[in-house]
Amino acid sequence: MSFFDIIRSALRGVTANKLRSILTMLGVLIGVASVILLMAVGNGSAATIKAAITSLGTNTITVRATGGQNGGSSALTLAVSDALGSAGLGHVSAVVPQATTSLTVSSTTTSEDSISIIGTSADYFTVSTAKVASGSAFTAADVTSAAKVAVIGSTLATELFPTGSALGQSISVAGTPFTVVGILATQSSVGFIDPNSELIAPVTRVQRSYTGFGGLNSLLVQATSSDDVTAAEGEVGVELNQLLKVSASTAASAASPGSGGFAAGGFPAGGFSAGGFPSGGFSAGGAGGAGGFGGGAGGAGGFGSSSSLPYTITNQSSLLQTQEASANSFTVLLAAVAAISLLVGGIGVTNVMLVTVTERTREIGIRKALGATRGAILGQFLTEAATLTLLGGIIGVAVALFAAQYPINGTQPVVIGYSVPLALGVSVAIGVFFGVYPAARAAGMRPIQALRSI
Amino acid sequence: MTMPATLASAPPVLALDRIHQVYGAGDAAVHALRGIDLAVSAGDYVAIMGPSGSGKSTLMNLLGCLDVASSGTYTLAGTDVGDLDEKQLARVRNREIGFIFQSFNLVNTMTALGNTELPLAYGGVGRRERRARALAALDMVGLSHRADHHPQELSGGQQQRVAIARALVTNPTLVLADEPTGNLDSESTHEILAIFDQLAASGRTIVIITHEENVAERAHRVLSISDGLIVSDRINAGVREAARRASGIAARRSAR
Ligand SMILES: Nc1ncnc2c1ncn2[C@@H]1O[C@H](COP(=O)(O)OP(=O)(O)OP(=O)(O)O)[C@@H](O)[C@H]1O
Ligand SMILES: [Mg+2]
Repeated sequence: MSFFDIIRSALRGVTANKLRSILTMLGVLIGVASVILLMAVGNGSAATIKAAITSLGTNTITVRATGGQNGGSSALTLAVSDALGSAGLGHVSAVVPQATTSLTVSSTTTSEDSISIIGTSADYFTVSTAKVASGSAFTAADVTSAAKVAVIGSTLATELFPTGSALGQSISVAGTPFTVVGILATQSSVGFIDPNSELIAPVTRVQRSYTGFGGLNSLLVQATSSDDVTAAEGEVGVELNQLLKVSASTAASAASPGSGGFAAGGFPAGGFSAGGFPSGGFSAGGAGGAGGFGGGAGGAGGFGSSSSLPYTITNQSSLLQTQEASANSFTVLLAAVAAISLLVGGIGVTNVMLVTVTERTREIGIRKALGATRGAILGQFLTEAATLTLLGGIIGVAVALFAAQYPINGTQPVVIGYSVPLALGVSVAIGVFFGVYPAARAAGMRPIQALRSI
Repeated sequence: MTMPATLASAPPVLALDRIHQVYGAGDAAVHALRGIDLAVSAGDYVAIMGPSGSGKSTLMNLLGCLDVASSGTYTLAGTDVGDLDEKQLARVRNREIGFIFQSFNLVNTMTALGNTELPLAYGGVGRRERRARALAALDMVGLSHRADHHPQELSGGQQQRVAIARALVTNPTLVLADEPTGNLDSESTHEILAIFDQLAASGRTIVIITHEENVAERAHRVLSISDGLIVSDRINAGVREAARRASGIAARRSAR
């Protein structure tokens, strides 16, 4: 029997039972597509976070108050912020206060609920990644005079003023009129809150109109370079203890500032409790500013009860690295789910193949009685199984590659190169093995044994 | 060139020597054949009769190389079948033997033509020649007009005729048929027997199992099997002589 004869009889086998063939192909298709796609989604979210880390800059530290941030009982006041900034710490280049809240912002035509309001100083635009794209930032003089000026995110700008430029327009923030002096450059977002919907205003104005003159939510400290972050953390801790008159014993009993802050206020509560706390969303670009790892209320409160230290220090990049690590474990989780679906698909294929061969043992007996060699029979079943699984697998790859072009739940999937041959290889191997193994057994029988089965 | 006076002196196409076949082992062992000695000459037309369970099919499967005997030797066209490996056995089944089953055993996914071509395909015959020879074989059993039909679309008698075409298409040394008319009505039986008569007349060696006396009557030689042993071996002298006279040269040619 020639090679082409074997191929032809295999193709006849494939087309003879269309339902069986389609089911087999479907099993492989779903397995392959889900493995590639799920791994791509996991990889995509990890990639997004990696990009966020690079765009964030890794030289900032957040000092967050552990008291009631909105109630004004926080120990971090504007005076503390100014004192820390002018303390002449060797590894600190700037200190920016942050008073945050969430309010309704409206233009004459529309209004937007739950807009994150950040009260800060003019240095904010150099320290954080929020950059003014058009117009200008507010000035130190605006801060001194508590001017009613605001810099708003690009999304917020177009939402409030869909027809024209927001620049120079008047907006109302919970009833108080502000003038839009600048619009921020569009930033990438990680998580649930859009950093492009923020409103940034002088801290003095935000305190006077909304949060009161008590405590700030947080301070954003810029280290002289990303290598100096740890040193800056230490200096800030020592200086703050002096400023806030924290006793030596309390300071010693508290965990080290960096790790303590991380454990309490940061991830995961910060990243995923956005809904609960106004400014709680974790936004990559705005993270520098928004007091953004937010969610801090619960986390910090819990921390506060076990230690009397009135603040926590959080290192942004370590947070993001943890976020990235969790995204990686997310990828692993998705891969596990994908592996299961591959397995289930494989079991389906195996099932169909086993039934097929058992069903066709008699046919194998007939062919052997007519003079088919073991090799000819194996060749036929191998070609059949390979055709079915390869076809299903290739369609599965095509489906996955096509679907990966579109964001899934906000994440742009990024296909991992090796996942394609991996998924294809595993499913084809399963299909071929279980297509050929029982056929090999039947082909090894005496013709009469094969003819008698069934 | 002259032929010997009797066909019995022609070289045997097949010879069995003390063949035993045992199924199972221990207490459950079934002794299906208990020492069969048999020689069939070229051009002979042999009918095997016997009660159900006597071992007819068991014997036939051994003759067709579909099974292997527990003990004894089987010589086919001068070769001891027991010495053959898997590949050689496949070749023997393909070239030397045409097997016709009681239950037809056609491949349902293939047309009558495809089924008839199958042994030629396994024999390595090229596409074009294969097709021509398969069509000729179908023509011989009167089914060339049904060549493109699948087995499900054919009557039982037609299916059996396809199976006969398939068995004959390779010009095998030996045609073996296990109750070929067992599932057929008398009309179909008649058609099929006519084909066998033709084959016998053209000098083909045939072994056929049957329960029916009228089928056996057409054979040249009738064997009776009971309980795994040959209990009688009788020559239908009249039929054989008539056949020899009718076939004449053809019989001599195929006797080689
Ligand atoms: N695969 C097998 N395993 C065990 N016993 C078997 C097997 N095949 C046949 N036998 C037994 O061997 C004996 C002979 O069987 P065989 O099929 O040769 O009978 P038969 O003469 O063809 O009968 P029938 O006329 O009914 O077809 C029977 O007793 C049967 O039960
Ligand atoms: Mg039988």
